[in-house]
Amino acid sequence: MKSAVIVFPGSNCDRDMAVALEQVSGARPIMVWHREAELPQGLDLIAVPGGFSYGDYLRSGAMAANSPVMRAVKEASDKGVSVLGVCNGFQILTEAGLLPGALMRNAGISFVCRDSTLRVENSQSAFTSRYEAGEEIVIPVAHHDGNYTADPETLDRLEGEGRVAFRYSGEVNGSARDIAGIVNEAGNVLGMMPHPERMVEPAHGRTDGRRLFEGLLEALG
Amino acid sequence: MKTRVYVTLKNGVLDPQGKAIHHALEGLGFSGVNDVRAGKLIELDLAEDVSDEDVEAMCRKLLANTVIENYRIER
Repeated sequence: MKSAVIVFPGSNCDRDMAVALEQVSGARPIMVWHREAELPQGLDLIAVPGGFSYGDYLRSGAMAANSPVMRAVKEASDKGVSVLGVCNGFQILTEAGLLPGALMRNAGISFVCRDSTLRVENSQSAFTSRYEAGEEIVIPVAHHDGNYTADPETLDRLEGEGRVAFRYSGEVNGSARDIAGIVNEAGNVLGMMPHPERMVEPAHGRTDGRRLFEGLLEALG
Repeated sequence: MKTRVYVTLKNGVLDPQGKAIHHALEGLGFSGVNDVRAGKLIELDLAEDVSDEDVEAMCRKLLANTVIENYRIER
């Protein structure tokens, strides 16, 4: 599995993401700076990591979504390359139009940083194939703007097409229908607020996030 | 030329910040506040030849997220 991690000024989960990818796949990801207009050839997976890209000015992910590298990420995803956006990465993917909806300020206004219990809603995607549908897993969240919002028709379509990948078990941030992660129509782009890369080795307390990367490795080789 | 862009949340989109401001105003003893919606004011200093269409494009592409926000241009 040949992977890349996009690095924006203000990214702070890029190295955690790289460590998780290397641990599971055995191959070190290529770190790609936001000014790059082209991605390395032959990528199987692009990870858009968490953090506070460009200081989250204007709106979380708004500046990053318009960076040169994101045009290349969009082109790659259109060609079927898998894209994983975590936290700020999820915000960037919605701002860039790779995923529907938007992530607004948490309903409780406060930054939320704790373990969250998620229900795996769909184990059909490459991202979730190592989980059982309906299984509950624990993955940490750390965000201020994780309140997923979309119009009712979009939410119904996401539910109807099985595109809700993860749902919070219990209140976290006010997200519509407790949505924690969604995939795009083609199924090759996942955005999620919780951080699977922070739960991959026993020293993290649990390893519930590891299977997401293992599923990708299995699907992408 | 100064141009102002007002970005506001669409009707029906919950506004946690507006709600917090509302609660804070009530906490200060101000009564009669029915609702609060928070938005943004962006001031642009534009060259004379920047067209209305250009400003519209700026709003759609960056200044507002039209999934959740409306914008109003004041030139």
